[in-house]
Amino acid sequence: MSINVQFFASLRELIGKQQATLPYSDGSIVSMVWKDASNGKTMPDNTLCAINMEYVKPDATVHDGDEVAFFPPVTGG
Amino acid sequence: MPAILLDKIFNPWDEIQRYQTEHLRGGQYGATASFTGTMRDFNIKETVTHMTLEHYPDMTQHYLDKLCKDCTEQFELDDCLIIHRFGDIRPGEPIVLTVAWSGHRAQAFDACRHMMEELKSNAPFWKKEVTDKGERWVHNDQHHNKE
Repeated sequence: MSINVQFFASLRELIGKQQATLPYSDGSIVSMVWKDASNGKTMPDNTLCAINMEYVKPDATVHDGDEVAFFPPVTGG
Repeated sequence: MPAILLDKIFNPWDEIQRYQTEHLRGGQYGATASFTGTMRDFNIKETVTHMTLEHYPDMTQHYLDKLCKDCTEQFELDDCLIIHRFGDIRPGEPIVLTVAWSGHRAQAFDACRHMMEELKSNAPFWKKEVTDKGERWVHNDQHHNKE
């Protein structure tokens, strides 16, 4: 019963870690995962969120075993 | 219709030629459109000496694979190809290549442009430039909590 949390780019530097494992809580949503994994830091306004490699909004429901990722707007190409 | 992530320099023209030879039949397609994005040595009025391109490996591959599949269907392509670098990149080196092969030029042009615009907006890559004043993340403020 756990969630794998990933941070990338400037958010990895903001939080100070690439990865965290959190216990799964029934009814959890993405913004709650951020709060727990970041020790209460405010989520930057332009943060992008993904569950299992698909973009979601911060109010999306998280399920046991999910990989939740947080990262800034992308700049590839 | 592969999407390939590379951590080393590549020659876009060689890659197009190689892919055509190995995967397409002469006469099968009438149009080939390609775009190559190359690293500049300047940005925001400063000299950039090199950059690191970070990515989210599994999601990036998943996103680009789906983009290739969707483009092939949407634009009725014979085939398409995306190659994108990650890791350390120097000015003058190619960063990205998109190629579309189709029966007619309109679909090839449109698909090639579409692949580039979509991946620039959505593929999880992040550029960190190094200038003579230090390191900085390249910003893109177009997106807000997309779904």
